[in-house]
Amino acid sequence: MSRRLILTGNDAAAEAMRQIDPDVVAAFPITPQTELMHKFAEHVADGEVKAELVLVESEHSAMSATVGAAAAGARSMTATSANGLALMWEIVYIAASYRLPIVMPVVNRALSGPINIHCDHSDTMGCRDTGWIQLYSENAQEVYDNVIQAIRIAESPEVLLPVMVTFDGFIISHTAEVLEALEDDPVRNWIGEYKPKYTLLDTDNPMTFGPLDLQDYYFEHKRQQMEAMRAAPATVKKIGKLYGEMSGRPYDLIEGYQLEDAELAVVALGSTCGTAKVVIDELRAKGTKAGLLKIRCFRPFPEAEIAAALKGAKAIAVLDRSVSFGAPGGPVHKEIKAALFGSGSSAGLVNYIYGLGGRDISMEHIHEAFADLETVAGEGTPADAIRFLGLRE
Amino acid sequence: MSEAIENARTFLRPSKKLPTVWCGGCGLGILMSAMTRALARLGVEKNDVAVVSGIGCTGRLPTYVDFNTLHTTHGRGLAFATGVKLARPKLTVIAAMGDGDALAIGGNHFIHACRRNIDMTAIVANNHIYGMTGGQYSPTTPHGKRGTTAPYGNVEHDFDVAALAAGAGATFVARSSVYHAQELDRLIEKAVLHKGFSVVEAVSNCYTSYGRLNKHASPVDMLRWMKENSVPVGKAETMEPWELEGKFTRGVIVERELPEFIEAYDDLAERLTTSPSAVERVKSILKSFDETAERLNAKAE
Ligand code: SF4
Repeated sequence: MSRRLILTGNDAAAEAMRQIDPDVVAAFPITPQTELMHKFAEHVADGEVKAELVLVESEHSAMSATVGAAAAGARSMTATSANGLALMWEIVYIAASYRLPIVMPVVNRALSGPINIHCDHSDTMGCRDTGWIQLYSENAQEVYDNVIQAIRIAESPEVLLPVMVTFDGFIISHTAEVLEALEDDPVRNWIGEYKPKYTLLDTDNPMTFGPLDLQDYYFEHKRQQMEAMRAAPATVKKIGKLYGEMSGRPYDLIEGYQLEDAELAVVALGSTCGTAKVVIDELRAKGTKAGLLKIRCFRPFPEAEIAAALKGAKAIAVLDRSVSFGAPGGPVHKEIKAALFGSGSSAGLVNYIYGLGGRDISMEHIHEAFADLETVAGEGTPADAIRFLGLRE
Repeated sequence: MSEAIENARTFLRPSKKLPTVWCGGCGLGILMSAMTRALARLGVEKNDVAVVSGIGCTGRLPTYVDFNTLHTTHGRGLAFATGVKLARPKLTVIAAMGDGDALAIGGNHFIHACRRNIDMTAIVANNHIYGMTGGQYSPTTPHGKRGTTAPYGNVEHDFDVAALAAGAGATFVARSSVYHAQELDRLIEKAVLHKGFSVVEAVSNCYTSYGRLNKHASPVDMLRWMKENSVPVGKAETMEPWELEGKFTRGVIVERELPEFIEAYDDLAERLTTSPSAVERVKSILKSFDETAERLNAKAE
């Protein structure tokens, strides 16, 4: 019941969108997301989907139109990258605050300036506090699987939050790989018909979204958003399991690779995890107890699961593909540090900033990090805990 | 070789490897050389010019010209240029934009810049498509023409760039094409000389993303299309509307005088700081602030 296809990451997302057949899609071109919408526009033009595709005049308008459609009860999607996401930011925050279950693939690209079109995570990391769920993908297969699951996660009544499915620009978006896609009917049956609980077009139950909310209730509404985020991990887990039952590919919040007995652990997101796995195989063959913790769900941050997964590690390297300027380390690093605080872990923790603006990360770089960890294990966190991979200095 | 062309050459960055990043047959190189020729004829100093751009193929233009240049974000070229002009009113400021950049994502800035009448020049390279990102239809893709996001033809209708600029209040609007390269540089020269906000629409050709999708045999075929489907403004006045269908007009479309923004602003500042009654009024407002503050402080004590 599955089909083996050769697709790029962008094609994989478009294929998932074709099967989801959302009611409304609004988009604006930006590299490297562009091909995704090309593909989807072809599906629309060829009558393969019933979706209304509206090509608006900016990303700000794309997110606005998506919010409008979602508030009117439509299953709504958009997609973007980098500066497009930055331009959307005002409405990105509003989408989550209105509790609209929008799903948006984001093809990770470095934010300007200077202008750069290649991969890093500065765009989605910049949105980590907007109230969106964030799922990071390691390859095109995961892009496809995550987009489908995101629909059900977003629309779960206990969650009702928008979801970003992120994948690395060019590295995943523009390289083709073999993946397994499901048939259309199982996907459509599995996601089901969208029955919004609150919609603008329910004339028997007039609704309003986002009216003035001052000192009286704004605070309580933010508290409710926090509650929805708190409920989300269980839902992400449950839907990952259900998806596994249908597809044979179960998903969790995080994934451990050789992590059970690992003494030296690397933490990463996205395509770098694939590279790290090969390095770990090499190290294991030589007897080094190396492992990987891959974070799939970065928002909400699965703190307890991560602390438990890293319990046995003596030294941990956190790889960050973005910078949090002025903060003590990259965004992933800070959260890992917070998760380990009070967990009883005495592991040495090192942060590696890497791959900004598409700078390649090779196996040698990850070997370098593991070699460092050998010296850190048993010594605790070193004084120079913020380091770089592949930087010319 | 004429002196102007010789001087125009010196406006290209010596450090930049030519040819440009633009595709073979792209009209943007013709536009860039028209712009440098116009500036050379005006005898400007490199350092007295600022060229600002947004994103897209046209956005690459500042990379090659040896002026003060600013390569900004998508659609915001005019907003950044406005800031440059306000801070350094003596600079000759030119914003170079494509149709998607100027009219879709930057459409808001475009109409308000026209309305504000600040003394700078907007050059809109109109090639009817988003070239760099791969041929999505833009606000100037004609109805029925193809883009990668409109594989069976565009259902929307396009902007008439010059009419939009005129309607939004620009005090100088002109249009030509990259086929009419010399006319284009004369119009750019006029636009730069004009006191106030000037717009030059340069109809350009993007064979890679537009031509191939719309049955143009080659870049040259697109240039021929410009030649055959454009009419000088004066001649157009003598023609019937049906004769002009599918054609564009070339030449100066709007040229009028209105107070320029920076001058009007300086005038206002001058009046407020020198006219006795205005000074008195400001003083009395400041006094009433002080009195209110005193009253509130007394109450608080
Ligand atoms: S894509 Fe089109 S506009 Fe861009 S350089 Fe090529 S021909 Fe010119």
